Amino acid sequence: MPTFLELTHISKRFGGVQALADVDLTLESGEVHCLVGENGSGKSTLIKIISGVQPPEAGGKIIIESREYSHLNPVESTRAGIQVIYQDLSLFPNLTVAENIGVGQHLGGFHSVDWNAIRATAKRAMERIGVNLDLDVKVEDLSIANRQLVAICRAMAADAKLVIMDEPTASLTRHEVDALLALVRELKKKGICIVFVSHRLDEVLEVAERVTVLRDGKKVGTYDAKEMNDHKLAVLMTGKEFHYDLAGIDLSARKTVLSTRHLSRKGDYKDISFDLREGEILGITGLLGSGRTELALSLFGMNPPDGGEIHLNGKRLALTSNREAIDNGIAYVSEDRLTLGLVLEQSIASNTIVTILDKLKGFMGLIPQAARQSTVDRWVKDLSIKVSNTNNPVKTLSGGNQQRVVLAKWMATAPRVLILDSPTVGVDISAKDGIYEIVRGLAAKGVAVILISDEIPEVLYHSHRILIMRNGRITGEFEAHKSSEDVLRVAVNA
Amino acid sequence: MPENFARFRRSHEFWLLSVILILVVGLSVMTEGFLTLQNLFDLLTSYAFLGILASGLLVVLISGGIDISFTATASIAQYITMLLANKYGLNWFIVFAMASVVGIGLGAINAVLIDRLNISSIIVSIATLNIFYGLLVFITGGKYIYSLPPWFSHGIYWFEYVDADEISYGINLQILALAVMFTLTWLILNRTNIGRQIYVLGGNREAAQRLGFNVFRLNILVYCYMGLTAGVASLIQAQLAQSVAPTVLVGKELDVLAAVVLGGASLAGGVGTVFGTILGLTLLAVMQNGLILLGVSSYYSQFFVGLVILLSVSATALSARRKRKGVMTE
Amino acid sequence: MSNAPHPPRGPDAALMSLIGSLTGDVTNRRLAILLVALVAVFGLIIGEGFFTKATVQSMAFQLPELGILSLAMMITLISGGLNLSIISTANLCALAMAYIMTKMLPGTEGFAFVGWQIVAIAVGLLIASIIGLVNGFIIAYLGVSPILTTLGTMTMVKGIGIGMTRGNVISGLPDSIVFLGNGTVVGIPTAMLVFAVVAIPMAIALGRTPFGAATYMIGSNEKATQFSGIDTKRVILRIYVISSLLAAVAGLVMMARFNSANASYAESYLLVTILAAVLGGVDPMGGFGKIAGVILSLVILQVISSAFNLLNFSQFLTLAIWGAILVGVTAVPNIRKRLGLID
Repeated sequence: MPTFLELTHISKRFGGVQALADVDLTLESGEVHCLVGENGSGKSTLIKIISGVQPPEAGGKIIIESREYSHLNPVESTRAGIQVIYQDLSLFPNLTVAENIGVGQHLGGFHSVDWNAIRATAKRAMERIGVNLDLDVKVEDLSIANRQLVAICRAMAADAKLVIMDEPTASLTRHEVDALLALVRELKKKGICIVFVSHRLDEVLEVAERVTVLRDGKKVGTYDAKEMNDHKLAVLMTGKEFHYDLAGIDLSARKTVLSTRHLSRKGDYKDISFDLREGEILGITGLLGSGRTELALSLFGMNPPDGGEIHLNGKRLALTSNREAIDNGIAYVSEDRLTLGLVLEQSIASNTIVTILDKLKGFMGLIPQAARQSTVDRWVKDLSIKVSNTNNPVKTLSGGNQQRVVLAKWMATAPRVLILDSPTVGVDISAKDGIYEIVRGLAAKGVAVILISDEIPEVLYHSHRILIMRNGRITGEFEAHKSSEDVLRVAVNA
Repeated sequence: MPENFARFRRSHEFWLLSVILILVVGLSVMTEGFLTLQNLFDLLTSYAFLGILASGLLVVLISGGIDISFTATASIAQYITMLLANKYGLNWFIVFAMASVVGIGLGAINAVLIDRLNISSIIVSIATLNIFYGLLVFITGGKYIYSLPPWFSHGIYWFEYVDADEISYGINLQILALAVMFTLTWLILNRTNIGRQIYVLGGNREAAQRLGFNVFRLNILVYCYMGLTAGVASLIQAQLAQSVAPTVLVGKELDVLAAVVLGGASLAGGVGTVFGTILGLTLLAVMQNGLILLGVSSYYSQFFVGLVILLSVSATALSARRKRKGVMTE
Repeated sequence: MSNAPHPPRGPDAALMSLIGSLTGDVTNRRLAILLVALVAVFGLIIGEGFFTKATVQSMAFQLPELGILSLAMMITLISGGLNLSIISTANLCALAMAYIMTKMLPGTEGFAFVGWQIVAIAVGLLIASIIGLVNGFIIAYLGVSPILTTLGTMTMVKGIGIGMTRGNVISGLPDSIVFLGNGTVVGIPTAMLVFAVVAIPMAIALGRTPFGAATYMIGSNEKATQFSGIDTKRVILRIYVISSLLAAVAGLVMMARFNSANASYAESYLLVTILAAVLGGVDPMGGFGKIAGVILSLVILQVISSAFNLLNFSQFLTLAIWGAILVGVTAVPNIRKRLGLID
């Protein structure tokens, strides 16, 4: 296959930080290439250099179809056929599908709008990749998967020869991921090069030819995708070997803390029955749309079920708000840390105590400053959160430390049941271990934990027992130490 | 196209139009004076000022910004133009050009402050409202201009027609300017790529920047257009009032805002149409006019306007919530 | 005393550190510098006249009206909202209070005289609560944007005031009320004491209570706050009720100062309250702002206004300078960012 893009000796410094150090990369027409690395490994800087948003240091060379550049600007990059589809898709929700696709081709300069030309462009782009969407629908009315198609069509309309997709599968259901991968194969056949920047690799590896791993701004290497798996990649990305000790613990003598019987909610889940014991970590896995998050929200009092029962310590619960759930000792770590888990702009201290404001109340309903600070300090120390000042905004912390603040604010409520929904999303592999350790420590102290995740290794290696959910129902139950990744994967995708 | 009609039926405009039609039918039956040519022409003439400003504010809201300094801009444009018209004679073309240039210049100041200093548009325009207005009244001493050039006072009157009761109608300056500005705004928003870029900017600013759109230039355009409408509106208001008073326009910002938002424009940007704005303005005008004709004390007219705004925004929020519930699949 | 070397410091630095320790954040420090500079400049230009008891006292008479209204605006701004109905609420409450007082008081004395005044004030506060509940309900439970909701209530509430009074003024209030606006207690204007009586509890409520903590969190991210187990809708409802009640107190002070009430008093203050709050470091997007900052900002605005008055400048020039100061102060951090002084 002909080489489309070649990068040699690419380096980039930001102040004192070496974001990229002497990185080489070749991308061939018609290949699917994965670019992986932890946060801060240099992935996004590399994309910015390819898309011309930032110039590399002197000495770097960018060769596109045998034309050499010392650096690109966004216009040159687009003209050369490079299109980046960011995770947020960069669409305009208020405009129609046609306009979103044609926006780059027909809206520059100053002239009258040629609606027919815009529609023709959009139609052509959709035909090229065999997609069929209503041109006149507003993008805000589309599903996430269809929005992604619009973004890909937009790249097609710009005559893309290289499409870089940032975390394209993050919010898609398995079915939608399959459709996307089928589309990627189509693009490949047309000689288009696709770069996936992703952390969920098991899906992407199916269609990829090569994988390039970055760590700390350096290229670890480029590998044949067929020889790679999640585990090998994790080692390459972190430079660390991971060991999971799995041991079957007999929990049958423990007291049941939480149980559900025939719990149902129309459109979300149906007939869910399970028991959760003291000190047990119960993994729940299933694809996006399987009803796992909706179930968790119901247990947390935010998505009232319309049938069945929830019992806590033998007492029936009818929760009407999450405050009630919290007061009953149920805590919920949301899947979406950035918009639901934390108030990013506010301080670490405020975020830590937000769940227990009323408990801290003292004389005349005031929060004593000393008690406030000592509570915050205690949790920062207990969870070894690395902070210079607890009054700094929580957004100044790394993903791993942010998630520790989330755990702190829930541990502060002294929960008896802790529900963790995808607790390590956006957390570096090396920081994940710290989170698991905290969770295991809690379980050892008798807290009952529900660990929800779509990453099979995560539930397998960190739970005692695993429930599989599909289409809103529990379809399987496995003892973790008697199971394996492959067994679970089959059960999830069946 | 049945599909397009179905879409229209679900739109905010359809809902507004229905309310207006019900009001119009009701008022026509219940009062003698409502459905007369004279009343309708009077309504158009007296609401032209708000309407022209509304068309400018619509563009600003679509772009994702807000401007409330336009009444001060209009006061300045009006004052300078009429002062010079009194001194040098001038003619229609020059006075409109002058008022527009003043408006555009002041709009550019807003755009530069908002874009270059990266301050939110509401703060900038509150500040410039005070600056523009304070300086105008300080420099002029708040003095009215009572005598306007005779040709200006006389105004224009096209297609004059006298009915049996010897009441004459025609296209006057106010109606003409209102029609021109609404048409111009519609053309810009729907028929030029600049208009679509303004929707793009309001829909997703960051994505617009990534696509290489020149946000600064668009901001300049948007706030200058607001200034232009303020300039035009100021002159037809002066012509109607037959005087220039530096202190009477400031305070009407929120009336204009109310009309535009009633018309379905979103304060979050990206959403709004000229048709909707016309309907929002019409609703306010018909209701206020109707209350007077029905003999409700004019003292209570504000109360009903407020009530309609509250009912309308609440109903819209409720229907949007129902719609969201219906669409939600997760 | 230790022999540790002291950093060199003049009286200004001492004052700054005092103010800095009181407030302890960057915005307030910048405002304090501005205030000191303004006082120095006006002192040089105007001379002794600027520092007389009469000047200072007249400032203290004028500040509370705008001050209390700014607090009413501020609390909604911190929560990520806005309350455009504060002025019309103040006026309607003042009208109601003035109506009861002028109708019921003449001829009464002793217990009835005091009682009717209390009833009048209670009615004013009740009306304010109702308006606050309407605002809060529509914003929190129906999810309408605060600017639209309060634009509607502003118009409606003013309409009620105009409708019931035909736009007329109600005047002739009892001396006890007039004293509230124009009297002094040990040299301090009573209105200033009223301001202190509302500002101090509000500072404590915002800084030290669960309600205050929730208000700031909601201002930055309502959804995440709700997920943390806070009934955000109830908090928002309370915020708008408090805002309304503050407006009613402002109405009382205005009525006392003018010895009359009217449906359209002080309307030009509406946007000035936003100006004062934002100048005082309140983030118009929500989540941040402290009472101390807003008080500093109010003092700055008042100093400019009083100095211009002494200099015989038009009050409209004051307006213009206020606007310019707002742009200047909000632009400083952005300009510094642009120049690369801070990251």
